[in-house]
Amino acid sequence: MKRPIRTLLQAPSVGLLFLWMIVPLAMTIYFSFIRYNLLNPDVHGFAGFQNYQFLWEDPAFVPALINTLALIGSVLIVTIVLGTLLAVLYERRFFGRNVATLLVIAPFFVMPTVSALVWKNMILHPVYGLLAHAFFAVGLTPIDWFGRFPMVSVIMILSWEWLPFAFLILYTSIKSLDREQREAALIDGAKPVQMFFHITLPHLKRAIGVVIMIETIFLLSVFAEIYTTTSGGPGTATTNLAYLVYSQGLQQFDIGIASAGGILAVVMANVVAFFLVRILARSLKGNT
Amino acid sequence: MKKCLILLTVLVTSICAFAAQTVTIAAVNNPAMIELKRLSPKFEAQNPDIKLNWVIVEENILRQRVTTDVSTGSGQFDLVFLGLYETPIFAKRGWLKEIKDIPASYDVEDVFKSLRDGLSYDGKLYALPFYGESSMLMYRKDLFAAKGLTMPEQPTYEDIKKFAAALTDKSAGIYGITLRGKPGWGENMAFIGTLVNTFGGSWFNMKWQPQIDTPEWTAAITYYVDLMKNYGPPGATANGFNENLTLFASGKAAMWIDATVAAGSISDPKESQVAGKVGFANAPIAKTPKGSHWLWSWAFAIPAKAKSADAAQKFALWATSKDYIQMAAADTGWATVPPGTRKSTYENADYQKASPFAAVSLKSLQTADPTDPCAKPVPYHGIQLVGIPEFQSFGTVVGQNIAGALAGNESVAQALKMSQAAAARAARQGGYQK
Amino acid sequence: MESSRSRSWLFGIIGWLVAIVLFFPIFWVAITAFKTEQAAYSPSLIFSPTLESFHEVFARSNYVGFALNSIYIALGSTLLCFIIAIPAAYRMAFFPSAKTQSTLLWMLSTKMMPAVGVLLPIYLLFKSAGLLDSVWGLIGIYTLINLPIAIWMSYTYFREVPSAILEAARVDGAGIMSQIWHVLTPMALPGISSTALLLIILSWNEAFWSINLTSSHAAPLTVFIASYSSPEGLFWAKLSAASLLAVAPIMVMGWLTQKQLVSGLTFGAVK
Repeated sequence: MKRPIRTLLQAPSVGLLFLWMIVPLAMTIYFSFIRYNLLNPDVHGFAGFQNYQFLWEDPAFVPALINTLALIGSVLIVTIVLGTLLAVLYERRFFGRNVATLLVIAPFFVMPTVSALVWKNMILHPVYGLLAHAFFAVGLTPIDWFGRFPMVSVIMILSWEWLPFAFLILYTSIKSLDREQREAALIDGAKPVQMFFHITLPHLKRAIGVVIMIETIFLLSVFAEIYTTTSGGPGTATTNLAYLVYSQGLQQFDIGIASAGGILAVVMANVVAFFLVRILARSLKGNT
Repeated sequence: MKKCLILLTVLVTSICAFAAQTVTIAAVNNPAMIELKRLSPKFEAQNPDIKLNWVIVEENILRQRVTTDVSTGSGQFDLVFLGLYETPIFAKRGWLKEIKDIPASYDVEDVFKSLRDGLSYDGKLYALPFYGESSMLMYRKDLFAAKGLTMPEQPTYEDIKKFAAALTDKSAGIYGITLRGKPGWGENMAFIGTLVNTFGGSWFNMKWQPQIDTPEWTAAITYYVDLMKNYGPPGATANGFNENLTLFASGKAAMWIDATVAAGSISDPKESQVAGKVGFANAPIAKTPKGSHWLWSWAFAIPAKAKSADAAQKFALWATSKDYIQMAAADTGWATVPPGTRKSTYENADYQKASPFAAVSLKSLQTADPTDPCAKPVPYHGIQLVGIPEFQSFGTVVGQNIAGALAGNESVAQALKMSQAAAARAARQGGYQK
Repeated sequence: MESSRSRSWLFGIIGWLVAIVLFFPIFWVAITAFKTEQAAYSPSLIFSPTLESFHEVFARSNYVGFALNSIYIALGSTLLCFIIAIPAAYRMAFFPSAKTQSTLLWMLSTKMMPAVGVLLPIYLLFKSAGLLDSVWGLIGIYTLINLPIAIWMSYTYFREVPSAILEAARVDGAGIMSQIWHVLTPMALPGISSTALLLIILSWNEAFWSINLTSSHAAPLTVFIASYSSPEGLFWAKLSAASLLAVAPIMVMGWLTQKQLVSGLTFGAVK
């Protein structure tokens, strides 16, 4: 194909994204270096690194970084492991499989705010939640999920929301597994576990790569679920970087701090992406 | 020629009649507001040239949207619902239109003075209060009677501890007391602010140095954490106003200290299982009665860049007038009219009959003074809050730390130390410490 | 064979168990929508159903207006996304250059700035451009934030298609556009459909930009939910009713397209 046409195909997307990235990025960088509080216009002028300093000297900053990584890692592991197992399970034919598939996919359609509210109030609440009633029924005291295990609770909610997505991608991929290859392996006397590790899993590598990439991008800036349930607490147990930017910047309408936080988040995200790409390099390039 | 003129006049007047002004209103989703929206077609019928456009969202989202809109002058809203916290801050910046030319029939003197002062800046009024609240103690008369206990007219926090101990029966699912525990500057900190005040503490001294790591705060927070741990429901750190309302209305708590507006829902047999069994008392005190109960109001304000400012003011005057209160009473009964704004409401015999909480609410509203909230002099206004923009942030951080102490994840001393540091950082960053 | 039949029975049980557990919270919301507010807090499955919450919701808000906005915005942005993304993905998948990998990664990196950090610059931009509270403004934003995903996923699915087929089409005299629309897209349809579904769901549920950049005219269902999510007083039945109404259109749509996606998937015409 001729060069100019190639470029033309790609140009709109690259051009648009470039503008979309550069303009807000430039504005954010600019705002991060000035003192700018929407509610306090008396405060203005060049701030140097003060806004950045305010954030990384915040005692919640390092916990926020750790929490962000822990959150992403945990949800990835849960959704991919369970998603793969489910995809393998659902590949078998069983009664009403199509309907069951629809049920499994359903959580992904629900708005994150609503998911968080439902989990917090209807299921996990230690006085009138469903789990509490179940505990009472067998004579145990219910667990105060958000008070004692805040991170676990948030991870539970996020995994519930994203498992359908992982399942869908992996399931679509499994369905494209070459039947002949599998039948040949069966004839050769391969056991199910062996088949799983030597045939199924390698085939799923690209799909798993897709899931990891997309989930990481979204989980890096997860906000609504934390905001609705724990407000980053108790203490800083569930504060991630996005929530920190909100609580220290946006909540008090300090645009300087919020912008500095945004830049810091981008830096962190790029570091994560760098390592991620290295790990996934093989499955991103080349055909299986 | 004459025919043309007549035709032209008819044309012009009919165009004018159809040129409706739209008033876009940003409001919060509380019951009084929902009721107002339901009754607003009556206003539209009286004023056919004004059309109302409602945007109703929950409190935190409303605050964010309105602040962004008003401070950048984007003119998305013509009428906004503001709290007692934002109004002076916005007015100082010139972002609100002054409420002028109030007709005598509106009787602005009837509106509580504390509210009018709280919503003014530099002697000028910038918002019309739709709803006002203070805080008080609600308790189960039936449970008290069963144990032979009586509530004094002005209880102290020592009394509360004794009552809670006597009334808690965890095996029966009854908790002596429930209080706000959900972190947020307007959530748990609203209550804790009043607790600290009455224990003799304050947020800042006159030099804007934070006063959190002090014996008064330590005493107050230790009391709070111990009380809740021993006599409060589990999962307290997730309980905000709503959750506590549910707990109390479903009969699980014997006492509850919170907003006077809760009384309406508690007394409504459709919404509450304990309607008719509830007594009301002044908010408890400890060392000083100052600042023991808060003052809050939601009021209508007009952004400076609003496109339909006159129509907006017209509606605001209508919604906060005595006539509207009569209308709401006729519609859903006196117990659920917008409370806490006018003396005339409380003087009304029907209101007093329908609302057993009227007397205590009135007293609380009249004695809450945001200009003199603490035992010691302070450089800020606000009983349960500090009237500076940075409060939304460090107030919530302190709330989170205290929730951490309540959940048992950190000690009270640790929580206070971290809170002190957060307040100090904010005061420095905001340029208050000279 | 007997063992495989009992095996498939076992799979069925486990499969259904998982499905029920995962679906249960949604089921609970669905039945709470039909309870009275008082009953909404009890865990009973038996109750007398009522439509009062739905009545209240319809009386209080203009549901249809919100829903229409959501539909326009979700479909509009997804369509626009694919119009721009597919040619780019085609180019990257079949004519990759040395810079393709890094371009893809750079595109994904545009999604790494948390929205909370960049809210105000965008708000100010929109204000100057007069795009506040407009459906097109939101379509524009959603197209931009979903574009990297559309490109990347299309790229991944295109790579599964052997270029031999396109070669064959080219030899037969097909031009670029014809290759893309008549040969490539049908083959990559399952992958493109799942990507489209993903994008529509993301746009439908996106709450941050939609709440902050709209007020009354362009407000989608996320704003509708925000008026039920945390008011004073009892609200569970109403929130459940509102959530059901907000989720229903997209769930129905998703389930309909799912059938095409999942059943009868055969990948690749070349073995």
